[in-house]
Amino acid sequence: MGEFKVHRVRFFDYMPSAIRTMAFNSRSERLALARADGAVELFNFADNYFQDKVIPGREGRDTEALCWVGRRLFSAGLNGEITEYDLEKLRPRYTVAAFGGAIWTMSSNSQGSLLAVGCEDGTVKIFEVLEETIRHQRNLARQKGRIVSLSWHPSGTLIAAGMMDMIQIFDAETGQATHRLLVEKRLRASKSVEVVVWSVVFLSDHTIVSGDSAGKVQMWDGSTGTLIRTYLVSKWDVLALAVSQDERSLVAGTSEGTVIQFQFLSTVDQQPEEWIRTRTFKNHSHDVRALAHTETAVVSGGMDVQLVVRPLLDKVERNTQEAALRKIAFPHRNLVCCAKKAGLLLFQFPEHLEVWRLGESDGHGRPGDRLPVKRKPEKLIELKRKGEDHICCSALSPCGGWIAYSTVSGVRLYRFQHNNNIRISKVSRLPKVLCSVQQLCFSSDSSKLFASTSHSSLIVVGLNQSECKYLNTLKPKSDSRQPVHLLAASDDGRWLAAANTDCEIHVYNLEKMKIHCSVPIHSSCPTAIAIHPVTSSLVAVHADQQIFEYSLELKEYTEWSRKLQKQGLHSLWLERDTPVTHITFNPRNPAHIVLHDAFMFCIIDQSLPLPEAKAVLYNQMTLRSLPESDRPRHSHAFKICKSFQHLMCVSLLDDHSLVAVERPLQDIMCQLPPPVRQKKFAT
Amino acid sequence: MAALYEGYTLCGLVPSQNLANSGIRGIEEERDSDHVLVTDSGRSVTLHKVSDQRALGSWTVKQGQTLTCPAVYNPQTKEYVAVCDNKVIRIWKEHDVVLDKAFKATVSADVSRVLCVHGAEPVVLFQRGAVRLLDSLLSAPQQPIEEVLHQDEVIRWSISVMAETQQFVMFTTEQKGDHFLYLQRLNPNTLQSYRLEKEEPGLSPLSFSASYRDKHIRLLYLYPNGCVYQSVVSVQGLGADEGAQAVPLPRKLLLTLPVGEGRLETASALLLDEAHVAVVGVPHPSAGAGNDFLCIWNTNFQTLQAGKEMGGKIYGQLWTYSNKLLIPHAKTLSVIPYECPKSSLASALGKLRQIQTEESKPLLMVPSWNNILHGEAQPSKAMETRRTKTSRKTLSTSTLSAEQVLELVKTAPAEEVQTEVEGLLSRLDMQITQPLIAQLASTLVSRSLADAAFYSSSTLAQLVHTQCLCHSVCPDLVLLALERKDYFLCQLCLQFFPDIPEVVTCACLKAFISIPDVDAEKVTLDPDSVVFMETIMSRDSGQGGLQNGFSPTFMEGDHSDTLSGGGAQSREDEKTPTPPAELTCPVGLNKAVLLNEVLKRACNDNFLLPHLKDLSSQHVFLFLQYLHFLYQKYSQEPSRQTHGVKSLNLNQIMDWVCLVLDAHFTVLVMTPKAKSLLHNLYSFVKSQVRLVSELGKIEGSLQQLNKMKSNKDIGQYSIEVIELF
Repeated sequence: MGEFKVHRVRFFDYMPSAIRTMAFNSRSERLALARADGAVELFNFADNYFQDKVIPGREGRDTEALCWVGRRLFSAGLNGEITEYDLEKLRPRYTVAAFGGAIWTMSSNSQGSLLAVGCEDGTVKIFEVLEETIRHQRNLARQKGRIVSLSWHPSGTLIAAGMMDMIQIFDAETGQATHRLLVEKRLRASKSVEVVVWSVVFLSDHTIVSGDSAGKVQMWDGSTGTLIRTYLVSKWDVLALAVSQDERSLVAGTSEGTVIQFQFLSTVDQQPEEWIRTRTFKNHSHDVRALAHTETAVVSGGMDVQLVVRPLLDKVERNTQEAALRKIAFPHRNLVCCAKKAGLLLFQFPEHLEVWRLGESDGHGRPGDRLPVKRKPEKLIELKRKGEDHICCSALSPCGGWIAYSTVSGVRLYRFQHNNNIRISKVSRLPKVLCSVQQLCFSSDSSKLFASTSHSSLIVVGLNQSECKYLNTLKPKSDSRQPVHLLAASDDGRWLAAANTDCEIHVYNLEKMKIHCSVPIHSSCPTAIAIHPVTSSLVAVHADQQIFEYSLELKEYTEWSRKLQKQGLHSLWLERDTPVTHITFNPRNPAHIVLHDAFMFCIIDQSLPLPEAKAVLYNQMTLRSLPESDRPRHSHAFKICKSFQHLMCVSLLDDHSLVAVERPLQDIMCQLPPPVRQKKFAT
Repeated sequence: MAALYEGYTLCGLVPSQNLANSGIRGIEEERDSDHVLVTDSGRSVTLHKVSDQRALGSWTVKQGQTLTCPAVYNPQTKEYVAVCDNKVIRIWKEHDVVLDKAFKATVSADVSRVLCVHGAEPVVLFQRGAVRLLDSLLSAPQQPIEEVLHQDEVIRWSISVMAETQQFVMFTTEQKGDHFLYLQRLNPNTLQSYRLEKEEPGLSPLSFSASYRDKHIRLLYLYPNGCVYQSVVSVQGLGADEGAQAVPLPRKLLLTLPVGEGRLETASALLLDEAHVAVVGVPHPSAGAGNDFLCIWNTNFQTLQAGKEMGGKIYGQLWTYSNKLLIPHAKTLSVIPYECPKSSLASALGKLRQIQTEESKPLLMVPSWNNILHGEAQPSKAMETRRTKTSRKTLSTSTLSAEQVLELVKTAPAEEVQTEVEGLLSRLDMQITQPLIAQLASTLVSRSLADAAFYSSSTLAQLVHTQCLCHSVCPDLVLLALERKDYFLCQLCLQFFPDIPEVVTCACLKAFISIPDVDAEKVTLDPDSVVFMETIMSRDSGQGGLQNGFSPTFMEGDHSDTLSGGGAQSREDEKTPTPPAELTCPVGLNKAVLLNEVLKRACNDNFLLPHLKDLSSQHVFLFLQYLHFLYQKYSQEPSRQTHGVKSLNLNQIMDWVCLVLDAHFTVLVMTPKAKSLLHNLYSFVKSQVRLVSELGKIEGSLQQLNKMKSNKDIGQYSIEVIELF
């Protein structure tokens, strides 16, 4: 197979933002998740938890609450505005001010007709959800103190509101408060310290569950306003609550990073059922700010930036992939762009872009050696984004001469000189059609820029020294309105492939400037696509880890792809829990496909036999121990290297050296603020 | 080896804007070496207690005035003396709060410095080279001051030195690139000037340091090219040719310090003792560039003894008071405790006696309660002065010289010898008199050997105690002591002599082991080792040694020999060497103490083995029993090993067990009563072997872990080669 020189890069200081809140849509099985920087991410739980959409954040948009109404997604935040998102254009559709100060919470009734928001000034405002917009309907009786949490009774007639030191129950019809439940302070706490009811849940049997800053989870009888049961679960705050659809299981997240499950059980036979504390999960090091209870799992997130899907073992079959704990720390898209010819790396941050030149070494070493670095890598430029919107996508041309990025408000293109003296100049007068773009991609000769816009259509812009001009718009035949999330241009400049979140992959002929074909739709969303430079076949890897190779010339799956489908992928390959995010090819050996996920990179050698079901998939160690002559008998097509972890990008440069951009989770964790102090045993 | 210890900050500094100087004009010793007087280059004087890291007092002159020389403390009057604006001498006491109200006198010429050494009056050195005693100057402040120096001659450095009773003021001057040393003697006043040899043109000394020893003043100076020279000036022949031309001052190159590129700019060298020099501002030879190092060099062996990196800018200033170096660097004044044990070839080669008691205790950073509560921490110094005083007295009364004593030793009766030798020892400085003591000892020994009636045990013991003797100086001493059954002297010799040959050690062992226990108990021995042995033997000592509350129950049962019953016990042991009696000591207390002394000796087993074979089987058995007992004690209570410097360690015991077994294995195997003992030892060895093999395994895996760890350390960027198969 051969030796590779690997540039092991760890200077990409990517820092994911803390998770603020999340909302799970059980009908579409999508989880919407809001981060501290205002970005909203959508995960498709039905399709291997693939993060198919990301709506970039914006300065000053502090999302405190997310709410699904049918297929529509609303957010509200401390800026006092309610925003509905356009999930096709991946941008806010409109924004309505609530005029009640900061909004702490939002909740919709089960019918999906009304939205209630809790404001800083103590009002609960009810908004009517209309076809295209929302309209303020009325305010509930104003209270003293801010409304921190809200929950509708499933019938839609009552609303419970968590406040400072108490919970109010409102009649949704009249708007009058019917009960006031006082929440006790922590024992021996000073009087001036208020108890914040961070979360309330109104169950259909009129039980109200509350979680507060005194560390208690309390069950109240909502019809009489009496306390049923108190569980002191934390020395710190209980920040989030979530209940399962059938209301038989409830989870509470605390500042200590624990998630505590309560179940509605009867302890002894014939006893009436009651809420009983059952399990404690500790998957977080910091505050658990957001919780969702799906049918089979508890989804939690918080300060420590990771999304954790913890399956409940009584709901799933043991020893299946579904029963495995998942931690999603890295985005399922590329934040690194590698200019293969120039040896440059473009790092995308929400606020800025960085371009680095890789280091050099003239030494040769044996495998396992670390070569002396002759020239250190250097940061060439740091490009701050303009405006308030965060960067949603960026691209660096293969020659390194062009940089483009896009926010929801516009696209910017820069000419970048990096040879002797570094100069960057903005290209003014971009074609007007380039306004809202979801993906950007340069052609391999850097003469064209491709951008995807609404309705999966693509814009082709020609670039030369002096100007950039609009060339064409490519439209797919299907009428999918979903955004394009992957773009791939072929090295010979003939083909352009685009994948959208409807799982469609369209291939365009750039010579004729029209659609060439559409790849048969696979049920799972593609996570990475690439066009082979020699054979002109499209390689696509999907969220369910399937790999397809589709010949563009013949418009059919290649022989190898059929063989792979017939034989099936190795079970260990299918069990990996991070999607493949990038595919490249080896220019020296056309049979090699290089692809990677977060925890491994793999070179697929199409000339070798596929691994049998019983064969060892991760066989590099065994091969190394075998003598040279025995290796061919044991080797198979999947050459997997796990020595690099937390990979953000693996790419093969034109000089045949690999670039592996790592972002060790430890580096992220050590940038987090210290967790709340906890007594450990014997300290 | 000299060592620099972890330092601490005494106070912060306010260096000048461009960091050109440290902001400290000088540091002077106050009432003792733990109190220092820090004068800054501006207006204030601060009194610090060094070990407490705190300031005790601070005085400031009025705004607009500047202190132009470091303030000094006059211990005789308990007053502080400083000069401000070159001409105004200020004197104040500790309780004076406001300096302006304190005494001041304006003199007619510019003062260079006020100098004061302990035990002498403060001296005022004028910028034009004149010297006055402070008292006489203050009696007539406006008296005319003569000019000693030439018009363009400038004083660079000055010091006052006390040579026995004579006070000297030394100062160096510079005139057109030439450097001169002036040595001014006070009362009677004489002035001698010397011309320093020229170094490469354009180089002038960076720093001077002087000390007085053996009627000579040693002057040490450092040039920017890293050369450290020493010149020795005799103080005795002074005053002969007053007013004559400057004589050239011979010099000796002591050290050539590594300088790196360029020249030193701010550096300083300071004499610590006769063999050690502290240098600051010179690069560390193995640490690359950067001048911010404090190093201690041995001038005898030209070796770097200790080095320490000082953070930040170095100003080339360095002071030392009582084993502490004071060094301003960056924005702090740091105190670095150091230690310069006497260097010797023996220590360099590694055969050093175990005694570390008197010589060099590691410096304690924590102030001792005793010092805080009961006054002063300087008993040694006080004693020194007292001793010199008393010796002066005795000199005046009985004037027996060393030669006379030597003569007297040959003939006089024992009592007289004892008193005279005692007197002589108290009079003499230890280091100088080593040959004399050796002579005394060998005379005494030869006389005792020749004359069976004469024996002066206490005199010999006293001589051995001086630690100036060794076996090769008087080879018959130990054997004489054995012959005369002077076991105390034997013990002292074994403790203090570094070079007793194995044959004599073995003879001692043989003699000790064959002493009847009854005799042994009559001997008085070094109380420390007796106490140590008592704690080993007594069961109650286990109080401190209880491990995790564990107390072996059987220990309560045989609480027998503690102080008196040793002899009887050992006889019982010989009758019944049963396993439960294992923990009773097979020999008496004093005998055990003596045997320990033998065990503690460093010895070469190749030389020892043939002599060890001479022991009789009975003695071998007893000795082995004793070793076994010690071994058990040690292995039961690991805390024993940290008992103190005088204690044995387990390795020594094990070595001796092996030696004895090697020497007498067949004999022991044939002896029926040794069987159980051998069996016990065998089982011990077996368990040890098992333990060692386990440890070896652990070590192996730990090393593997280490290797793995070193691989793990990946920086921000690396280029690696991987191979895929």
